[in-house]
Amino acid sequence: MRSKRTELFVGCFIVLGILAFVYLAVQVSGLAFSGKKDTYQVVARFDDIGGLTSRAKVTIAGVEVGSVESIAFDKELYMGLVTMNIDSNVANIPEDSSIAILTSGLLGEKYLGITIGAEDENLVDGSEIYDTQSALVLETLISQFLFKSDDSED
Amino acid sequence: MKTVASLGAWFLSWLEAVGRAGIFLAQSVFRLPVRFNESVNLLIKQLYSVGVLSLVIVVVSGAFIGMVLALQGYSILAKFGSEEAVGQLLALALLRELAPVVTALLFAGRAGSSLTAEIGLMKATEQLSSFEMMGVDPLRRVIAPRFIAGVICLPLLSLIFSATGIIGGLVVSVGWLGVHDGAFWSLMQQSVYFDADIVNGFIKALCFSVAVTWIAVYQGYECVPTSEGIGKATTRTVVLGSLAILALDFVLTAAMFGDF
Repeated sequence: MRSKRTELFVGCFIVLGILAFVYLAVQVSGLAFSGKKDTYQVVARFDDIGGLTSRAKVTIAGVEVGSVESIAFDKELYMGLVTMNIDSNVANIPEDSSIAILTSGLLGEKYLGITIGAEDENLVDGSEIYDTQSALVLETLISQFLFKSDDSED
Repeated sequence: MKTVASLGAWFLSWLEAVGRAGIFLAQSVFRLPVRFNESVNLLIKQLYSVGVLSLVIVVVSGAFIGMVLALQGYSILAKFGSEEAVGQLLALALLRELAPVVTALLFAGRAGSSLTAEIGLMKATEQLSSFEMMGVDPLRRVIAPRFIAGVICLPLLSLIFSATGIIGGLVVSVGWLGVHDGAFWSLMQQSVYFDADIVNGFIKALCFSVAVTWIAVYQGYECVPTSEGIGKATTRTVVLGSLAILALDFVLTAAMFGDF
């Protein structure tokens, strides 16, 4: 014996649960349903990646144009190898552009910033950015500052 | 010598109970239903009494917990000048921990206890034996729909808890305390990952739902069929259910978020 009322309530309950799930997925985690975006891969080698993580954003002029795909250790050169996906709409990045690991805010997350170069040739899928600037590590900065101030006292 | 023997006896009886509960679960769930249509009817009835009737307590407590989290988080974060991060705090705390755990605890108290009492009373009034007399398997007819309904309802309730908690926190922090809403959402979306946070929270809720409902129906089915026995079984459901949730939560958290 099932009444229409019970069925209706159960149906509403399940719809509510699914709605909550969609709300959490879209609004809270910012999941995009647009599928995989068209991207091309670029690599860069850094002396010190200092806390950069995969999925960190890649920016030009502060605007997000891609994300870090993976971070690996290049054992021949003893450097950090960062592979990133850049949006195919942004296909006009000059080959001699430089890339730096930046920090949003004082203690915020690390991200990559590309500074545009002057070459006519553009970066394509699989090319490498050679002009890299490593992350600022606070300890290195402090020790540089200490040694500098010692030198000036002499 | 006697102490060691009694320890052994206790362990063996514990092991026996666990084994019995496992066989009981397997028998009630993995047997195919006699008539599909009838078992759907039974399931819908249980979904109503286990899920829909738990909705009010889950929504109200979710909203209040979200509001309290927002207030507490704001007062501390404002000292560091980063009150926008309250959205991040809210979403991560709710999705990873509070929604599955608190919903499961509420569920153990609200739905688990009533399942135990209902099945226990059926046993005390010999309804279960009369089912058997009529050739109807009580495990299939009484236990299975209740167990499946519990397993379906708790994850859904946990999702609803998260959503209402975040809305409650939004009302307090953006509406009342004046946090900038753009920063609230963007910081939240930056730090919440769909697979790591939402899916893991859902898996947690699913594990809790199996544990709590299993304990509830087993305690009801195995209770001493007297009024005192039913009372004891109901208490055991809530106590054991809550302990199981908290212990499982530690194990699951260590497995999901332990590798920093």
